[in-house]
Amino acid sequence: MTTVWPWLSLAGLGAFHGLNPAMGWLFAVALGLHRQSSRVVWLSLGPIALGHAISVATVLAVVAAFGSTLDPDRFRIAAAVLILGAAGYTAIYGHRHRVRIGMRTGMAGLALWSFLMATSHGAGLMLVPPVLSLCLAGHADALAMASSLPISLAAVAVHSIAMLTVTAALSLAVFAWFDLAVLRAAWINFDRLWTLALGATGVALLIQ
Amino acid sequence: MATWRPDPSFYPSPRMAAKAPKETLAYVAAFDPDRKRPDAIAVVDVDPASPSYSQIVGQVDMPNVGDELHHFGWNACSSCLCPNAPHPHVERRYLVVPGLRSSRLHIIDTKPDPRSPKIVRVIEPAEIAEKANYSRLHTTHCGPEGIYVNALADRDGKAPGGIFLLDHQSFDVLGQWELDRGPQKLAYDFWWHLGHDTMITSEWGTPDTFENGLVPEVLLGSKYGRRLHFWDLHKRKHLQEIDFGEEHQLVFELRPAHDPTKAYGFVGCVISLKDLSASIWTWYRDGDQWAVKKVIEIPAEPADPDLLPPVLKGFSAVAPLVTDIDLSMDDRFLYVSCWGTGDMIQYDVSDPFAPKETGRVRIGGIVSRASHPKATNGALSGGPQMVEISRDGKRVYFTNSLYGAIDPQFYPEGIDGWMVKLNVADGGGIAFDENFFVDWPKGHRPHQVRLEGGDCSSDSYCYP
Repeated sequence: MTTVWPWLSLAGLGAFHGLNPAMGWLFAVALGLHRQSSRVVWLSLGPIALGHAISVATVLAVVAAFGSTLDPDRFRIAAAVLILGAAGYTAIYGHRHRVRIGMRTGMAGLALWSFLMATSHGAGLMLVPPVLSLCLAGHADALAMASSLPISLAAVAVHSIAMLTVTAALSLAVFAWFDLAVLRAAWINFDRLWTLALGATGVALLIQ
Repeated sequence: MATWRPDPSFYPSPRMAAKAPKETLAYVAAFDPDRKRPDAIAVVDVDPASPSYSQIVGQVDMPNVGDELHHFGWNACSSCLCPNAPHPHVERRYLVVPGLRSSRLHIIDTKPDPRSPKIVRVIEPAEIAEKANYSRLHTTHCGPEGIYVNALADRDGKAPGGIFLLDHQSFDVLGQWELDRGPQKLAYDFWWHLGHDTMITSEWGTPDTFENGLVPEVLLGSKYGRRLHFWDLHKRKHLQEIDFGEEHQLVFELRPAHDPTKAYGFVGCVISLKDLSASIWTWYRDGDQWAVKKVIEIPAEPADPDLLPPVLKGFSAVAPLVTDIDLSMDDRFLYVSCWGTGDMIQYDVSDPFAPKETGRVRIGGIVSRASHPKATNGALSGGPQMVEISRDGKRVYFTNSLYGAIDPQFYPEGIDGWMVKLNVADGGGIAFDENFFVDWPKGHRPHQVRLEGGDCSSDSYCYP
């Protein structure tokens, strides 16, 4: 019972990240349109998911490494402060980044782009609370590196599969059936939702 | 302030932008050539149903004199929808208005009342010199990394000119754009192919060779700009230079295809030293390099030397002086301003290597002094210059002044400002709107026109 919700929220966050046009599905559609090929849309999914997964995994690995050196309460507060900092950063510097990857990118460039977007948006930090609760479920008083590693890897897998599924469904559907004119009305401000989600994550962790 | 939905004036593709609603207002840069009273951005009513149609209905004066307002642009545009650098929840709201002579940058808010814009920030030349090392600000474009502004000179008024970035929300100067400028020294215009990660820049000259008018020795020595530069837009690195050759001088306005999948565009060359002709060149992708080809040559017209200004007397001919061009949103029609002869020519450029003339009107001109049905004083001075096309391609607006110090070299009797409008027939062909003629108030001359919501030289697109 206690372990179902964290997994569901990891998957839900994966779906949320996949839904955000800035996380890759729109780039996959654009590359398909430029190269007039649905195959390119399919091929783009791998690098987008991979870049995202590596970013999320790196963040969780760093957090887990620190987590193993702190007691759970201190760790929880440190993580909350870090996440609130990330929320502040995305609110203020959200889209003030160097643009390094353009429309002629290859698949390696696309993976790098996805990694940079996920990292600069703090995608991995959003997963800290569910992963933390999974790790603590087994060890009520301490975070053990040995058990947090497989849990973190499984968390990355669940999150990435959900993210990839939504990214794939959206990009393939939009490429095949929709005119991009839908963006004009349907592209709600994900940056703001994202900042709110990060902020809520940080606050939830703090008052837990 | 961020919004919940993308600005309604942003369109993913030029195809969609062409269906945008008709503009009702135009913003026009107006400057005082005597540098005694402040320059201004004028608001012109372009809604035929309005009682004040064809009139200036608003104006915002600059806080100083002698800026020489010239080109300007929007803080944000359709490129905000690009998938690699999305930030579509900013408003197209502020005009970014540089002073070409003063190097001062004005940020003008067009809301809440678009007829009564207000200056909200002035960035002084010292700040731009300090943070970006540039001066003589020329063209602005909204793009993937913010607002790009180009400058014709460094802070000391020397080469190289180049580009710097402004933050599109705070308008803070972020610094020089180029990381590796290669052999590029002179600057004039810039734009890009977002679909090909390529920036293109063109060349005029350093301020000492134009701020007191064109210098004949520099021109005849082929020392003004004659090159195009191609850059990696994201690595900010110079890739290739194309020299048009000694015969060609003043390679100016760059109009890349709006469709981001197409890798070609058009650039005007003002004058040939061989025969005073003007030319239009197409740049295009040739293998893994860029190449150019001359696709239009507009000859000089023989004229009575008594009717010519001193600079042209010896040639007994009027040079066409192609000083601006503009490409319709569907990449079909190219408009070419011949400021010397007074022609505005429409070409069908569906085949970018084989343009066909589809329309021509004449107004003003050094010798012709052609009039307009609604003009009251008969002979008009100046000629077609900055030209702007509505997004649907059905209306074309233009003004008649080139640059304060150059105007009297070709129009020694002075230029009285005007702005006119053409209606475009569906399959091509242009005619004056006989009800639209702005007799510009004395003391100011009009230059660039920007249309409400965007136009054919304000936005770039990431989707075909």
